[in-house]
Amino acid sequence: MRSLTIARREFGSFFATPIAYVYIAIFLVLSGVCTFFMGDFYARGQADLLPFFEFHPWLYLFLVPAIAMRSWAEEKKSGTIELLMTLPVSTTQTVIGKFLACWTILGLALLMTTPLWLTVNYLGSPDNGIIVAAYIGTWLMSGAFLAISQCLSAVSRSQVVAFVLSVVVCFIFVVSGSDIVIDAFKNWANNLVVDTVASFSFLTHFDAMAKGVLAASDVAYFVLVTASWLFASVIIIDENKAD
Amino acid sequence: MIVVDNLSRHFHRLKAVDELSFTIKPGEIVGFLGPNGAGKSTTMKMLTGFLEPTSGSIEINGQNMPGDAKALQEVIGYLPEGAPLYGDMTVFQFLCFIAGVRGLKGKRRKARLQNVIEQVELHDVLNRQIDKLSKGFRHRIGLAQAIIHDPDILILDEPTDGLDPNQKHEVRELIKKLSKEKIVIISTHILEEVSAVCNRALIIHEGKKLFDGTPYELQCRSRYHQAITLHFSYAADISGLAEIDGVEEMEIDRETGDITLFPEPGKLIMAPVTEHVSHFRLPVDKFTIETGRLDDVFREITIGKGA
Repeated sequence: MRSLTIARREFGSFFATPIAYVYIAIFLVLSGVCTFFMGDFYARGQADLLPFFEFHPWLYLFLVPAIAMRSWAEEKKSGTIELLMTLPVSTTQTVIGKFLACWTILGLALLMTTPLWLTVNYLGSPDNGIIVAAYIGTWLMSGAFLAISQCLSAVSRSQVVAFVLSVVVCFIFVVSGSDIVIDAFKNWANNLVVDTVASFSFLTHFDAMAKGVLAASDVAYFVLVTASWLFASVIIIDENKAD
Repeated sequence: MIVVDNLSRHFHRLKAVDELSFTIKPGEIVGFLGPNGAGKSTTMKMLTGFLEPTSGSIEINGQNMPGDAKALQEVIGYLPEGAPLYGDMTVFQFLCFIAGVRGLKGKRRKARLQNVIEQVELHDVLNRQIDKLSKGFRHRIGLAQAIIHDPDILILDEPTDGLDPNQKHEVRELIKKLSKEKIVIISTHILEEVSAVCNRALIIHEGKKLFDGTPYELQCRSRYHQAITLHFSYAADISGLAEIDGVEEMEIDRETGDITLFPEPGKLIMAPVTEHVSHFRLPVDKFTIETGRLDDVFREITIGKGA
């Protein structure tokens, strides 16, 4: 219950400052640009949203750390963390509250892309079940990006440091399944290691989701990544809240 | 009731708080005194559960501080140093948020909100954004958030820092009004505040307790306590003054011409001095009994022991 009070405050503060508007606007513009110019939405001649979802990992890579970087860094810088942590709420409740608030905004941005969905339905007859599944998948993935970014925001008082760290760590999670990384491992490691590294990648797990397959293993992967990074946040904040 | 026993907190090699022990009973308004960096804020942060002690224990109302932190934080109100607040919220939103986190609901929430807004006089700024308010208002909002749940224990870190004299007066009156049957701990480096608000003073320096007693006892430590300062309207024979029974020493301020007579420890010299003055018809135009200069005592305690 108290998590929700925290979440409501966070959510409000995103809209009291222009952060939420800027995030949503940039997300909409960029996802549009990616879909139509880089994804060849029209030239493909298929009524689906694959070119739209395909670029999401790369959009989140920069946009999610940007919206999450202030979560803890600003609390530390302004000293409000002292106020927050001496209120009768546990660190876990606070972490969950902050996550929920930010995740709702990411979801809101996704909701605002529905005109694209309507357009596809106008142009042809896509499988709407696939699109719903892909929306759920991308929202789950954004949660994983968010958990990583919020956790790293707790590491430093500086939002810039938090942003750079988050982008780097998210980048590792995104590319670990790409050929560059896999090739680097293939030469010396056995298959088990290569498979393990590849299985850490957001891309590997999101690929199927973008095509509308919500496999239990992929869902579980994103939920687990999110949960473990949130848990890490709790530990980090308890350790260094006073620094 | 707060029982602090052998409390220590180290930051790397620095001992911020060093084996501090004290007990505070309900009804006491304790002034935490000390130079900057003496460990006042660190002690308060440990009392409120923000920092964990390196060693030693804190027991509040029979419960252990880091252990039962969440339960204890329900009964503690805390104003952190510098009154940090969420600047992007309006005053009313902020107070509602704190009330929500504190679990206040329905009628009680409405009543408490009204009560603190009235007590701290925030009517005029309720819908203003906190960032755009003056420092005085920010401190008052910080105070309002600390008392919104009517806590048994109120811990205020430099509540009057940066306020103008009128605002200081208001905050002090508020603290005095609040404090029946409660424990109030305020930290400050303004000494007049201690004699104005507190009924107990604790001086700490370099993490150690150097003085624990009433503000009056603190004044008694001053060599100016019960000293008499005289001024003559024209030059007069003052040689006899130092010989008066009970006077230990006489000091003359060459700039103002004020003469200060210091009593021997424990003696009252007002009667013999007035007798001497009237007997010799000395032209006195100023006669003051000093209560004690806290600044001097503070310097003596903190620098004397620190060196």
